[in-house]
Amino acid sequence: MSNEETPASALSSMLAKQLKIEKASEELASADKKTCPICGITFADFRKGGRLGCAYDYVAFEEDLEPLLVNIHGALEHVGKVPTNLSGSPERQQRLMQLKVEMKEAIDKEDYETASRLRDKISAVESGQETVWNDDTSEQSDDDFQSEPPIV
Amino acid sequence: MKIEELANQSSEWMRGQGPESDIVMSSRIRLARNLSEFPFIRKCTPKDRLAIATSVHRALDSLPLAADSEYVDVAKLGDLDRQFLMERQLISHELSESQGARAVILDPNERFSIMVNEEDHLRLQVMQSGLDLESAWQRMDELDNQLESKLTYSFNKRLGYLTACPTNVGTGLRVSVMLHLPALVATKQIDKVFRALNKINVAVRGLYGEGSQFMGDFYQISNQMTLGKNELGLVAKVSEVVPRLIDYERKAREFLVSESRDDLHDNVSRALGILCTAKKISSEETMHYLSKVRMGVNLGLIDNVKIPTVNKLFIHTQPAHLQKLCGHKLSVTDRNIERANYLKLHLMKRPENEIN
Repeated sequence: MSNEETPASALSSMLAKQLKIEKASEELASADKKTCPICGITFADFRKGGRLGCAYDYVAFEEDLEPLLVNIHGALEHVGKVPTNLSGSPERQQRLMQLKVEMKEAIDKEDYETASRLRDKISAVESGQETVWNDDTSEQSDDDFQSEPPIV
Repeated sequence: MKIEELANQSSEWMRGQGPESDIVMSSRIRLARNLSEFPFIRKCTPKDRLAIATSVHRALDSLPLAADSEYVDVAKLGDLDRQFLMERQLISHELSESQGARAVILDPNERFSIMVNEEDHLRLQVMQSGLDLESAWQRMDELDNQLESKLTYSFNKRLGYLTACPTNVGTGLRVSVMLHLPALVATKQIDKVFRALNKINVAVRGLYGEGSQFMGDFYQISNQMTLGKNELGLVAKVSEVVPRLIDYERKAREFLVSESRDDLHDNVSRALGILCTAKKISSEETMHYLSKVRMGVNLGLIDNVKIPTVNKLFIHTQPAHLQKLCGHKLSVTDRNIERANYLKLHLMKRPENEIN
């Protein structure tokens, strides 16, 4: 089976070279500082290790990863198999985290009405009644039933 | 299942059967998947890793696939067992040597293995003797569907299955075929082949994958891209290349036979001679000579040795296998002696006495 250590270093050196060519060093420096709000990894960390920290990195570093994806795959869109359980999107994970933070804040402020509403929203997202897609431009509302609840 | 029990059987890719098996050793399909509720491995805490392994184990228990497989806690295995599994290509070097909770779900017939907590949370692998990527993909698809019914995969409509390394994003699919190309090496055409393959985005690796040497004249070819084509398209891409490679190798073999049959005959016979009579021999030397013997058998120049035996010897003469087969650990020096004994024993058998 493949020893995957070398692809990471081959990848990061390719990245380093390619990004140096395509971006001015200030652009690269500012890209490097970007941080994922979920796992805390910086783009610089990623470039060094060749591996991402969490699925949300693909959202947080979307535009910086594009040239890399084009370089490796010559493509930016997935074509092919789709899971029947579609609740595993990183946007959903991020939304859950966001809602949980808001709920905690509401509890801290003793605003229990808001906290209760947020808790219901969290259940809705967790059970799949509310789906979060990156390509949906509309904000999800509680009344939006986008898909069947996942079979878990 | 005791790990060493595997030593007594011929793994799938050693069988030496299946289509084009004089040149194609095995076909393999690999799929990378991650669970959406956890970060990628790089950012997982020990607790996360344990939770992932537990989720997978629990999911497995309720699936049909559990009946035909065994969950092996790799963290609890000793060095020798881990190396043994690596030699059989059931786990990777990374899974063996990393720290923390990690496991492999094994098929006792070695036709699939599922690594847990390697570079991605799940690395599914399906292996098949000879060239048969289509049915390998069918089996993989089914395995993936089973796991997916109990777990939530990290997936994004635009980029597909999300993986720790962007080189795997999209389908997460690596299709590979392992080929034996001794004549292309002997006629010094192998570099030309590499360049041609790289031009069409087909990667070439040695026997044990990325970074491994091209031991025994074995080459694994696989797709470089995983995003932008669907799974069957990627399977087709690799499948299409193989017949041409087989053709080149066959032509190179014919050339060797027609231009220098005597030299070739002498060459492969001497290789067999050394393997049969050496008193100590390293695994590098062994691979080198076994490769010649394998070609010799395929070309009808050696008739008292069978291909499945040669295939098996490639594996059994590896360090961990030798030690497992003889029942205890051995120093390098002792291994080299043991290896020579093992080779002599199995190569000097008469065909009718050979055990499978």
